[in-house]
Amino acid sequence: MFLNSDGSFRETHATSSSQPTQSPITNLSRRHFLGGSGTMVIGMTLFGACAPAKDSFPEIEANNGPSPLTDVEGGDATPSLFITIENDGNIKLICHRSEMGQQTWTAMAQIVADEMEADWDKIEIVQAVGDKKYGSQNTDGSTSVRNNFHRLRITGAAMRSMLESAAAQLWQVDKAECKAKLGVVYHSKSKKSAHFGELAAFASKLAVPAEDEITLKTREEWRYIGQATKSLTVPKIVRGQGTYGMDVQLPDMLYAVIAHPPQVKSFIKSVDTEATLAVQGVKQTFQLPKASTPVGFKPLGGIAVIATDTWAAIQGRKALEISWTDGPNAGFSSEVFAKELRATARKSGTVKRKKGDVNAALAKADKTLNAEYYAAFLSQSPMEPPCATARWDGDKVECWTCTQNPQAAQKTVANVCKVPEENVTIHVTWLGGGFGRKSKPDYVAEAALIAREIGKPVKVVWTREDDLQHGYFHSVSAQFLEAGLDENGQCTSWLHRTVFPTITSTFVPLVARGSDMEVGLGATDMPFAIANVQVEVGKAKAPIRIGWLRSVCNVFQAFAVQSFSAELAHAAGIDQKDYLLKLFGDARHFDPNKEGAKYSNYGASLEKHPIDTARLSHVTKVAAKMANWGRKLPEGHGIGIATHRSFLTYVSTVIEVKVSAEGDLEIIGVWSAIDAGTVVNTGHTISQVEGGTLYGLSNALYGEITVKDGIVEQANFPDWRVMRMSEAPKNFEVKIIKSDAPPGGVGEPPTPPAAPALANAIFAATGVRLRSLPLIPKGQDQLPL
Amino acid sequence: MTVTLKINGKTETVNAAEGTPLLWVLRDHLGMTGTKFGCGVAQCGACTVHVDGVAIRSCITPHDSLDGYEITTIEGKAGKEADAIRKAWEDIDVPQCGYCQSGQIMSAIALLEETPRPSDQDIDDAMDGNICRCATYVKIRQAIKNAGNAL
Repeated sequence: MFLNSDGSFRETHATSSSQPTQSPITNLSRRHFLGGSGTMVIGMTLFGACAPAKDSFPEIEANNGPSPLTDVEGGDATPSLFITIENDGNIKLICHRSEMGQQTWTAMAQIVADEMEADWDKIEIVQAVGDKKYGSQNTDGSTSVRNNFHRLRITGAAMRSMLESAAAQLWQVDKAECKAKLGVVYHSKSKKSAHFGELAAFASKLAVPAEDEITLKTREEWRYIGQATKSLTVPKIVRGQGTYGMDVQLPDMLYAVIAHPPQVKSFIKSVDTEATLAVQGVKQTFQLPKASTPVGFKPLGGIAVIATDTWAAIQGRKALEISWTDGPNAGFSSEVFAKELRATARKSGTVKRKKGDVNAALAKADKTLNAEYYAAFLSQSPMEPPCATARWDGDKVECWTCTQNPQAAQKTVANVCKVPEENVTIHVTWLGGGFGRKSKPDYVAEAALIAREIGKPVKVVWTREDDLQHGYFHSVSAQFLEAGLDENGQCTSWLHRTVFPTITSTFVPLVARGSDMEVGLGATDMPFAIANVQVEVGKAKAPIRIGWLRSVCNVFQAFAVQSFSAELAHAAGIDQKDYLLKLFGDARHFDPNKEGAKYSNYGASLEKHPIDTARLSHVTKVAAKMANWGRKLPEGHGIGIATHRSFLTYVSTVIEVKVSAEGDLEIIGVWSAIDAGTVVNTGHTISQVEGGTLYGLSNALYGEITVKDGIVEQANFPDWRVMRMSEAPKNFEVKIIKSDAPPGGVGEPPTPPAAPALANAIFAATGVRLRSLPLIPKGQDQLPL
Repeated sequence: MTVTLKINGKTETVNAAEGTPLLWVLRDHLGMTGTKFGCGVAQCGACTVHVDGVAIRSCITPHDSLDGYEITTIEGKAGKEADAIRKAWEDIDVPQCGYCQSGQIMSAIALLEETPRPSDQDIDDAMDGNICRCATYVKIRQAIKNAGNAL
């Protein structure tokens, strides 16, 4: 694929496939067709039953009044923001969120098309550029469906209403008698019908209805929402089509790789580029500006090697002779840091939630237990490393990139290049995975800086080594938990201290305590029915760039909470699943704010999205039943469970393992139950549960990033292991709980229960409690039994 | 240096530095971006293509070693196994982000061309060199079996 000068893609190689090429990625910001000079013409292409020739639209002035739908729940729902109907009936839907494998193209289209009564086969997705008018485009926090569901339903329903109004005026009949169905509006009495394409131009002149004038479909009327609708991207993927960030090519484009500073904020003392410039294909080098504090999303600095192809740039980088200054964290060692974190977790921290009197209850307990959990730094490492292409025209720059957050990219490029934001256009390609890494647009700013310097379009490619060594790492953590049990094994007190470098430190240096938001990802929202609870957070400095990774602090906090609850079950001599259900207790809505927490509930209200222990218990029971919990297991097998609510969704996961005496692990089966409220796409939700769980297991087993002398020790897949086919379970069953509750997240919630369910299963198989992630130590192949 | 390569049945003349891996010749010189870069060290399989019908990692294979060989990429791969694999992939929506899937599919087609009804062990052996960070392994395994059964 190459990009035309207008930003659309063209094929450069014919293929044997008849599949359509990827939709052009264009800036449709001016292509409104409502209340303005639109692109619509009255369509003469008629479909199905033709409207009699005498019918004609009345002469009316286009309504240019303000849209009454600019501020519905979730944002602007004005149809023209998202929908273009062409006169042949084809529909272009703008997707303002990034497609990174979670199938947001398909899900967003399902929502709009359903309420609009569109014919699925007429839909084409157009990826939005970064633009505030769409509201948040930050494809992060499992928000795309849950924050846009209502808004996009309104959008689709408003469009349907306007098309029905247009038909009513065309036929001079009562609007209530006009009904849209699959791309056609029908008037049954007169047996007239008109295709959406015939009605679109006139509909575009009509006033946008207010929310209270719009009738949403009932659940029973949904035809796409709640179905396993097929992906809109897969037919292209299987033919090697579709454009990822890495695939963008512009005329006269050059390629760049960057020698990044080995430590954050180390700088070039001296550099010899002679050998580099002698490499065939290398054009020039360029020293990027030094990173300043706070590092935020700004580039790290270093020196770029610009060449006629990526390989030449990589060879040129190898030939650089650079002397670096020491960065402020040159002495940092993750091994030493782990000890510091563990020591901090043994001391009192800042109280973030308090109920009753934990210390008094512990003193009175029949039995007390404590345990310390550790989880290493992790790297998101999507299969497509970060990359971006930039092209300047005067003081304006266009960037094509795989970003989860095009508005942040726009802002970052503007800040770094010192141009106004409106001079920066961010075209969003497909993402070859994101997992949080591609929310941080440092690489986009690099491309813009280099392209400006060399006066040509350039694609900046991060190699896997760049990705692993210069990332925004998921935080390392240590946690200390202590609990008291009464004579019946009932838990009466729960102390949880959590210590980790905060994400805030990347943006506000020297902040050294986890934020309320972060401790609310699995610690302060711990939902057990326990009389005395205290959650504390300890101090930890941030030695490298800290960022978020799929499910964020839930990774380690759910690991600790769900492992420790299994430890309590064992101490109480009660089945792990039964004990977990006892901890969830009676059905109730739990509000951490009533116990002193400042709980953000993933940005949602607790009224609409309460922490509901009935739903926690239900997914637990369903997953246990799926796994036939309690059955007799073969020798060496063990089964474990973990249940966690995150991103407003409830997931319970049961894992069965087989462990040899030497510590060889085989994951025999995984059974997951997910209650994500209303689910838009059942098929892709199952895929996310499978993928999110295995992503969590891969990180739990092997994913450790270690740092020595301030430098990340892992460089590429040979020394940084991820799960492969032979290690994945052959049996994985998923059940979606049917629910009318509003949608929760789907991409992230399956990840947190994975690690504790695995550790609990290993304990059941071996009697050895593993409290440190990764479970398999660096450089080894077996569990440390 | 100028090298003539036969790619997807078509003759291409390439002028790239000696030793440039096929991956970068395909992507940067010929604009054939279906073959992906994931690691550059033959560990992830995203760059898998067929050379005379054998799945190889194009990121470590010098293009100038391939004069006289038939190179087939995801864009040009055809045949009954390819059709069966693509259909199986589409039937159950195997890919998530899809970035590694060109390589997964090229490895899976090569497997079926050799072993039409692969066992779990055959699948492990053939596919272990292809990493999927979205971890679509469960569906890849299922789709390979479905494709094999359909042949």
